[in-house]
Order: sequence, then C-alpha cells, then structure tokens
Amino acid sequence: MPYKKPLVYPYIPNSVPEVKAEMLKAVGAQSVEELYAEIPESLRLKGRLNLPDPLLSEAELIRHVDGLLNKNCSGRETLSFLGAGCYQHQVPAVCDEINSRGEFLTAYAGDPYEDHGRFQALFEYESMMGELLNMDVVNVPTYDGFQAAATALRMACRITGRNLVLLPTNMGADKFSYVELYLRPDIAIQRIPFDPQTGLLDIAALETNLDAQVAAVYFENPTYLGLLETQANQISAAAHAAGALAVVGVNPISLGVIRPAVEYGADIVCGDIQPLGIHMSYGGGHGGFIATNDDPKFVMEFPSRLFGIAPTAVEGEYGFGDVAYERTSFALREKGKEWVGTAAALWGITAGVYLALMGPQGMVEIGEGLMQRCRYLMQKLAAIPGLRLPFYETPHFTEFVVNFDATGRTAAQVNQALLERDIFGGKDLSAEFPSLGQSLLVCVSEVHTQADLDRLADTLQEVLQ
Amino acid sequence: MKPIAPKPGPRRFHQARWDEPIIFELSQPGQHGVLLPAVEAEIEQQVGNPAGALPEPLRRTVPPALPEMSQIHVLRHYARLSQENLGVDLNIDIGQGTCTMKYSPKVNDQLARSPKLTELHPLQDDATVQGMLEITYRMEQIFKEISGLERVTFQPSAGSAAIFANICMLRAYHESRGQGRQRNQVVTTIFSHPSNAAAAKVAGYEVITLYPDEDGYIQPEALRAIVSERTAGLIITNPEDTGIFNPRIAEMVDLVHQTGGLCIYDQANANGLLGITRAREAGFDACQFNLHKTFSTPHGCGGPGGAACCVNAKLAPFLPVPTVEFDGQKYYLDFDRPQSIGKVRPFYGVAQSILRAYAWIMSLGADGLREVSEVAVLNNNYLLQKVLEIRRVSAPYAKGKRRIEQVRYSWEQLTRETGVTSEEIETRVADFGMHYWTSHHPFVVPEPMTLEPTESYSKADLDEYVAVLRQIADEAYTNPQIIKTAPHNSTIHRIQHEPLDNPAEWAVTWRAYLRKTGKKA
Repeated sequence: MPYKKPLVYPYIPNSVPEVKAEMLKAVGAQSVEELYAEIPESLRLKGRLNLPDPLLSEAELIRHVDGLLNKNCSGRETLSFLGAGCYQHQVPAVCDEINSRGEFLTAYAGDPYEDHGRFQALFEYESMMGELLNMDVVNVPTYDGFQAAATALRMACRITGRNLVLLPTNMGADKFSYVELYLRPDIAIQRIPFDPQTGLLDIAALETNLDAQVAAVYFENPTYLGLLETQANQISAAAHAAGALAVVGVNPISLGVIRPAVEYGADIVCGDIQPLGIHMSYGGGHGGFIATNDDPKFVMEFPSRLFGIAPTAVEGEYGFGDVAYERTSFALREKGKEWVGTAAALWGITAGVYLALMGPQGMVEIGEGLMQRCRYLMQKLAAIPGLRLPFYETPHFTEFVVNFDATGRTAAQVNQALLERDIFGGKDLSAEFPSLGQSLLVCVSEVHTQADLDRLADTLQEVLQ
Repeated sequence: MKPIAPKPGPRRFHQARWDEPIIFELSQPGQHGVLLPAVEAEIEQQVGNPAGALPEPLRRTVPPALPEMSQIHVLRHYARLSQENLGVDLNIDIGQGTCTMKYSPKVNDQLARSPKLTELHPLQDDATVQGMLEITYRMEQIFKEISGLERVTFQPSAGSAAIFANICMLRAYHESRGQGRQRNQVVTTIFSHPSNAAAAKVAGYEVITLYPDEDGYIQPEALRAIVSERTAGLIITNPEDTGIFNPRIAEMVDLVHQTGGLCIYDQANANGLLGITRAREAGFDACQFNLHKTFSTPHGCGGPGGAACCVNAKLAPFLPVPTVEFDGQKYYLDFDRPQSIGKVRPFYGVAQSILRAYAWIMSLGADGLREVSEVAVLNNNYLLQKVLEIRRVSAPYAKGKRRIEQVRYSWEQLTRETGVTSEEIETRVADFGMHYWTSHHPFVVPEPMTLEPTESYSKADLDEYVAVLRQIADEAYTNPQIIKTAPHNSTIHRIQHEPLDNPAEWAVTWRAYLRKTGKKA
C-alpha cells in the first residue's frame, strides 16, 4: 500500500506537517520556500533530483543492500593470500564491540568536558603506540599510512630547512604516487634503487645521492615486498652523516619481534594501523601514525592533533587537551602546519583496544607466528619446480615475492587459476615492478593454518603442471 | 502514591564519572585479553623461530611495555570511557556548528558491519567484488545528479582530503595547459573552512583570503580586484559558516572563469541545499561533499569519514585512479587514465562510509533528500528566532535575511556587560549534557557561537537547547561564578592548560608523563 502523503520520515522528526506549520508560523513564513529567498531563481534546480525510488522501510532497504553485498565473495569464504598494504588479521570481538558503541561511533569534535572518554582513549592509544615504537610522541591518527609517510617527509623538510627527499624504489607504487602528489611542487624526490639480489636498499647508490641538500632518507622495514631491512643502522647513519633525517615506515604488528626503528636511528617513524584490530573493509580500514622523540623542534612540526595529559582543578583527576594547538591549521589556517581534519580517530581507539588485548606477550607471539608461517610457506613454494623466490636469503616478515617466469605463466594467469579453485592468490607485481617479471606478492596471516598454507602450495603445484 | 512532580527547567544532567585510571595502571602481570592460534608443531620443526634468529640490530629484545589485562577488563575500561563521551546518539547535538551532526541510522551501521564488506580485501579480483563496485558505481550516478557534474570519485578519506584532491586536479589542469607556474594563487574566504586555505598552501599556492563586507557578504567587486592571470582558482563555501547564502555566487564564478581560473565549491555546508541548488547551476567546475556530514555516516570521534569529489568534464581526466566503470555486464576498476593525479588514498576510499551513505540516500529518495534540506533550514531559522529572544545574543550580518542551515551568533554584548566569554559558556553547556562550539580561528565574529540544528532534531529538542542557553545567559548576569567555575556536572573538572603548551611539561604519552613528572610506573 502506498504511504500516505505527506510522508513523515523516521529520521526527520519535524517532518510532521502540523509541527512544520507551527514552526513556520513562529518564524513568520508562509512556506519553507520563503526560507530560500536568498537563493536566486537562476541558481535553482528546475524540477526534482532524478534518483532511484526510495526504499522507505528497513525491510526493503536490507533486502536491496544485502542483494548487492551478496554479490561479493569475502576472504572469510575463501582462502586469501592478499596483503600489499591491507592485512587480513583476526579482529578481536572486543575491538568491534568498542568501536560500535554509539558513544564513540557517533561523537565528533567535542571538548574534553563532554568527550573526556575520547580524549583518554586516544591518549592511551598514543601511549601504547609509544611503547610499541619506543618513542614519546605519537599523533592522533591521520588518514592512512600514505598520508603518514607524506607528512613525515614534509615535517623532515621543515625541520632541516632542506627540500630534497630520497625514496626507495622498493616502496609500493601507490604510496609513492601519493607521496609525490603531496610533496609537489616545493619538495624534490630522488629515487634510490634496491639491490636486485637482496631486495634491500642499494647502500652505494644511497651514499652517492646523499649530500647537504637532502632533508630525509625514507625507507621501510619491513619493506612493501615483505623484507626486513638488515642495513637499517647503516642507512640511518648515512642519512645523519649528511645532516638528513631518517624517516622509517614500519608495520606496527611486527614490533613485538622487530626492533623499534628509533633504536636503529629513525628520527620520524610512520605507518598504518590497519593491522591492529581493524577490518580490511575493501580498503576502508586505514589509519596513519607518525611518531617522534619528544623534541619541541619535531613536535611543533606535526600537523595532527596531539592529545596530552594535564591536571584538573581536582587532585587525583586526569584531564586531557591539545598539546601545542597553535601549530595547527585549525588555529592558523594556511600558516599552520599542513592541515588537520576528520581522519581516523575511531581506528586509533580500536588499535588501542587491540594492543591492550594483545599485551606484550601477544605482540611477541603474533610476530613470531607470522614469521614462522611466512618462512614455512616460502620453503614450500621454493620447492615447487619452476617457482623462484628472488629474495629468499633475506629475512622476511609476513609477505614474500614469488616469481613464475620459468613456468611460462603470467602472474595474472596463476591468480586466475587459483581463483577458480577458491583461492585469492597474491598481489600481481608485474605492472608495479617490471624488473621482478611475472611475480606475486604473497602474504600470510595468523588466520592461516598449516593446512591452508599446504593447500596453496599443493594447488600451485597442480595448476602449474 | 501521589503523582511525582513534573521535571523542572533544564535537565539535571550529570555525566558518567568512572574516575577511570590510565590503562597502564590497570595492568596485572601475566594476564592477556586474547589467545592466538598456535603455530603447528610441524611448522615449528621445519623453520624454527625465524624471529629469534634475526640479526641483533633488527631483533627486539625487550617486549613492548603494553598493559597486561584480561578480556573483560579491557572491555570494561573502554566501555566506561565510552560512557564518558557524548555522541549524537545521546545528546541534542546541534552545538557543533559546521559539523552537521545528524542521526546516523542504525540499519546502515548494521549493513556496514556485514562480513560481505568488512572481510573484503581491496585487491580481490573484480569478479569477486561486484556488489561493492556496483554500489560505488550507483553512488557515482547519484552524486552526478546531486551535484550536476560529470564524474565523481569517493577515494578521498574525508572532507579536507577531498579539498586537497580537488586542488590537485585544479593544479594538474593548469599544468596540462602550460599554465602551472603562472597560475600560483588560490582565492578563498575567511568564513570557508581553514582546510581550503591550508590545503591550497600545501599544494604550493599563494592563498588570498577575502573578508566579508559589513553585511557579511563577499562581493564580486572584492574578487574582481584580486583575480588575474595568476589566479588558479577560487575555493569557497556557500552558504559560508555564517549560514548566509551569497546570491551573487554565479557572478564570482564567472569572474574567475573569465581570467582562466576554475572554481571549486566546498559543499561541507550542503545540508540545506539538497535538490535546491547545485554546483552546476552556479557554474562550478568541482565540488566536494563530506559523507560524514550531509550524508549521515557517523563521525567516529573524528573519522573515518568519507567524501565525494565531483568534477566537470574539464577536470574529469585528472581524477584519482582507479575509477569504477560498467561495461554493460560487469563492473570494473579502470586504472588506465593517463592524466590522473594518481592516488589520494590507499585503494578506493572509505568503503563502509560509501555503503552507509548509499543506504541513507536509498532510504530517502529525491523527495526525502529535499525534505532533509527543507527541515534543516526550517529548524535553523526557528532556532535563530528563538536564540535571538535570549538577551544579549546577536546574529551579525545580513539583518532580516533568512539563513540556510546554520548561524554564527555573537555574545559580544553579553561579554562586554558581564565579562563572561563564549569560551566560558562553552564549558558551562557541558553541564547540561550538550556540545557547544565557538568558531574556527580567527574569531572574525566576536565571542562567536555556531549552531547547526540539521533535520534530526525535534522542535522540543531545539527548545531544550535554547532553554539551556537562556539559563546560562541569565547566569552571566546573576551568578557569573557558576559559569566561570564550570564544569560542575562533567566527568572531570577544569583542566589546567598551561602544561599542554610547555615543552618541559607536555606529555603526549604515558611514558613521557612518567618521565617528566618522576612518577613511578
């Protein structure tokens, strides 16, 4: 049966005609149209928007949207080895429970007097990340790891007063694309190649390019291709010798087992918190962190909000507020540091919940387990005739490159064959890293059992025969 | 039992006060909140412990000093903190002007929590994500209609990121015509969001900020005086944060176009305009919408949000990659866009916000969206009327004109007469379980207060908010101390802000706090 007109919308309390009439009377208008008197006729949309017919009830809406979502096939229904910047880790139920609470989910930018909980939860997030990173200053999350790297490099340029940064060619193409976009036009980029044998930064090329113009050397550990940068100390030392900063991108879930970057010379550390208890959501789960030591010269260059702890009028009570707010674009518009806006605070809270659930031992165990599964799968795949793991001797964290050139198959063909057997293979690197030939970037997770890893190996063997 | 007396005046609110320790203080050695799947013995036998075998410079030797807590204690701690936070679900959230705090329907959250979305990896084969691609494609068609422009991307993370993306497309457009260097100025206005100016600056532009005339309007004449062959573009909100719609906007757009510049419409303030007027009608080349504002996706304590950048044919070649296309049979990601500015975020955008916004639009349709805007504007003008009945508050500029979806008010006279400032009122409002916001800086309107009632609040809600403001205004004259010593009913008491600006004292982490105060862990 059609709804009676005019419709009273459940999301719009004052759509009740009598209420509207009463309010119009209160404002001295005959109709809502009068309230739009300031918008000239020439700017008005003629007619109504041409949109699909509405699905007014929840039942209709759910049926429609579910119908669309059911056309997706998720990683829970298949076996997935996709990583490359977005990771399928187990999300503890408590993470979802907390970030689904309306008090957090629907809040925004209130003061500490209304939103004490958000300030404390984000201060605690910063604090737990500080322990993970062994650094004293961590921001309220920015958008994602791309933004974190791009901002860390802009910070380095402001701190050093220089405007050239060195970026490795073993970083992901998408991240490079954003960093380049963000640094233009005033900051120049020089690429540093990686060693084709080890997959790690080419130190000789780095040293050739380091001079008094360089603001920062950026490198990753683990790298985009999953390798642990065993020369991290040397790279930082070389950067420092030239008066440049070492900016290091890390995967926070590795830090139970991998040394914090500050201990091998990093001045600014950045990365993405998606692995820490946040669903992949087709790329919707990213949040960026930036960390430094507690040096005002560094702190004053953050564009992000930094929530700090402070006393209140009452003894024994914790209060929170913005540290050095005057640096931000909220305070100074274009004279502030870059900009700050809505980014990924809820994921910061969630990552905090994750770290509290995991504790010190959990972070050690997950790191160890990921490295074990990764090495196991590498061994299995390396034993398959025709497959080559180009950086096999270098330590890996959770991802590795596997090359198919000797099989006569393209990476896309391999992925297609795996897909037909309900396996999402790895990220196809052939366009992104032509020098690696027909290769996949394969990623393991703690959700993978030995049987899952064996299944990938067996299936590959089968499809390559 | 005799009847219980009716409730008196403003609500006798008191916020939750759990007096909750910092999470590190809750640590109990040996506890943990989750267990991990054990690594199979055969794997261990085969590979040993590669982490333990790492060279010393790479191996962590001391585990991170995270708290050790059982699961219920983690849950309880955060559940308590959440109670000390005011979301839209709890309060009449009209005090955070410019933020468009509207109801985020629960059914949309439920849909966004489907594993059919949360467990999707962004690099899955297109064939396995047809549903999400179709939703994104449908959303593009919807936003083409809402904006009147040619193409749409949802890749930017939120409003400011979308502003930056639009400015990058503007820059790429001028560069493609060999005018990248020459056109090095972007014009904006003081009542446009700070990110318009700040993002333009990051993109390398000299920022020229126009101020309103005494009646609150940017006049085309002021713009004419500064536009030139150096102008890359204009980026502007309309209505601005004052809620005043500039009726001469098309003239300004024309002026910029005549000099070869382009015009970007920041539609963070679009909530009163759906189906009324669009970027296209005023001649804009691009616009951006914030999905977490106008399109109801939850604000999440400050993100994740969501955004739509809509562009005309001039800017479409420069859209971020990939776009979502449909070949008549299947949806697919198109990376083959040679003039693209590249990526503005990992992958394709905040998918759960795209889904929620889609569900919201589908639950309203064209008539419903117009109803959203009309009621938002009605609510705002009703609120304006009622607020102006409070003594000593004014709505500067555009006297006698209607406002669109928000108003920037001024307590200047009250401050002059009582010494009570808008920032002090802000703190006092917390005692009544509501938010309140002054303005972005600088305070062009003296002692500002910005209220945006959206369509989500009833007349009674608006009356309640006004009653609280009225009581506080009365207190300013009769008992200013109660304002100056507020909050009284909050989780906490007045914060001492000085340490937050003093490098010797500030502490962004617990470890820094322990170090600087000498407190024992």
